[in-house]
Amino acid sequence: MKRMNFMTKGFFLLIACLALLCGPAWAAEPQAVMMATTTSTDDTGLLDYLAPHFKTATGYELRWTATGTGKALELGKNCDVDVLLVHAPKAEKKFVEEGNGINRVLVMYNDFVITGPAADPAGIKGKTVAEALAAIAAKKSPFVSRGDNSGTHKMEQELWTASKLPLPEKESWYVSTGQGMLVTINVAAEKNGYTLTDRGTYIKYESDKAGKAPQVILVEGDAPLLNQYSVIEVDPKRCAKVNNLLAHQFAVWVTGPQAQKLIDEFQLMGKQLFTANAPR
Amino acid sequence: MDYLFHGLLEAFRLLLGGDPETYSAVAATLKVSSYAMAASLLMGIPLGFVLGHLRFPGRRQARLVVDTLLSLPTVFIGLLVYAFVSRQGPLGHMGLLFTLPGIAIGQTLLALPVVIALTATAVESMDANLRVTLLSLGANRRQLMRDTLWEARHGILAAGLNAYGRVMTEVGISMMVGGNIKWHTRTITTAIALETNKGQFALGIALGLILLLIAFGVTAAMSLLRRK
Repeated sequence: MKRMNFMTKGFFLLIACLALLCGPAWAAEPQAVMMATTTSTDDTGLLDYLAPHFKTATGYELRWTATGTGKALELGKNCDVDVLLVHAPKAEKKFVEEGNGINRVLVMYNDFVITGPAADPAGIKGKTVAEALAAIAAKKSPFVSRGDNSGTHKMEQELWTASKLPLPEKESWYVSTGQGMLVTINVAAEKNGYTLTDRGTYIKYESDKAGKAPQVILVEGDAPLLNQYSVIEVDPKRCAKVNNLLAHQFAVWVTGPQAQKLIDEFQLMGKQLFTANAPR
Repeated sequence: MDYLFHGLLEAFRLLLGGDPETYSAVAATLKVSSYAMAASLLMGIPLGFVLGHLRFPGRRQARLVVDTLLSLPTVFIGLLVYAFVSRQGPLGHMGLLFTLPGIAIGQTLLALPVVIALTATAVESMDANLRVTLLSLGANRRQLMRDTLWEARHGILAAGLNAYGRVMTEVGISMMVGGNIKWHTRTITTAIALETNKGQFALGIALGLILLLIAFGVTAAMSLLRRK
């Protein structure tokens, strides 16, 4: 009797739990476009702000997974997402040339900045990117890198190369976090070092620190620091399962007048984060 | 340090204020861990029992494999499952990527070795005397099996709780297979990872406390079951 009690109780508990849980999971889902994107568009809240407008305009839901650009492109290659919103022009062009994506269209840009401690031990304030990186390397000041193959990491590697400096990956003052942008800025702050970040994430960081941010912008406005975002539809000829109809709808919408205006109006702490620049 | 205090306050605010994002993550966590636990217990208890109760050639080797699998890294399981359920993979047509059942498959793989190994240990550790006693009382093979299983119930319960702990707290599988999609596959652990990435440490701690609270609920329910 005692045994039955234990067994039946456990059994009914299990069945009750399963019945409760399976119900909603099997309900029909609305059509949704699946996007892979970079951490910056998600961390800044831009997508949370755009998605409801997309739903109102087209009736479709926007779902996204936010990763580094490297993984986002890989997800596209494996046909696991319908559309990409990424920022690594060279890698994107290669992605399209290799037949993985179609209709790459510019959407918006923000810019990268080099941040560092206010005391600025390497003295890079107001310099060009090339001068600033050379100064950091000469002084062996800590430089904190994303190191995760993200768009920002790729940009940083290009900047070292463009500045005719060897990639300092093995130097003791070069720290590779392998993590997201905000974590990386926090590491730079802890190490009293420098880092390259997109301006959007920096504004978010600054707003979180409520006026007491240990990292400040030291280099900005130099032409190589432009950070261009593009939308790419995953090629439906290669990937039969992707929903190109919805992907195309999203690409058209996000480069259209309504979304472009919304992007320009998006603000954090009263500052504009992204500048829309889709071709008209 | 003040993250901790803010985190505690934030946890209360999220739970009592009925924050929809938090509850969505809680629901996702509960759903996916229940699928995984149901599957791993259904498969793991019989397998663990066989491994602990019966004597067959290759048993030691099988035991070695199961014990090794206890150390499976979650990110590795995540990659493995991704390779199968990606649209390019052999199970791609089932559309499991970025879904809760997809995560549950990975978590089942995570929990299964725990359930098997600990069940086997529980059965093994009581076999010696019990076997002799039962046989001398005239039990047949079936009765022997049934009574051994019954006597090992506390060990099996512990196996279940242990596996549940791993499933509830893993983040590698949920992130890789689930994609941390808001309102859909964002679990408590992937939400913690996200908030930490965003520098919202207090919110991360709040979510961690909520996870602990759920674990407490489950453990308390189990100990109640054990006493009756």
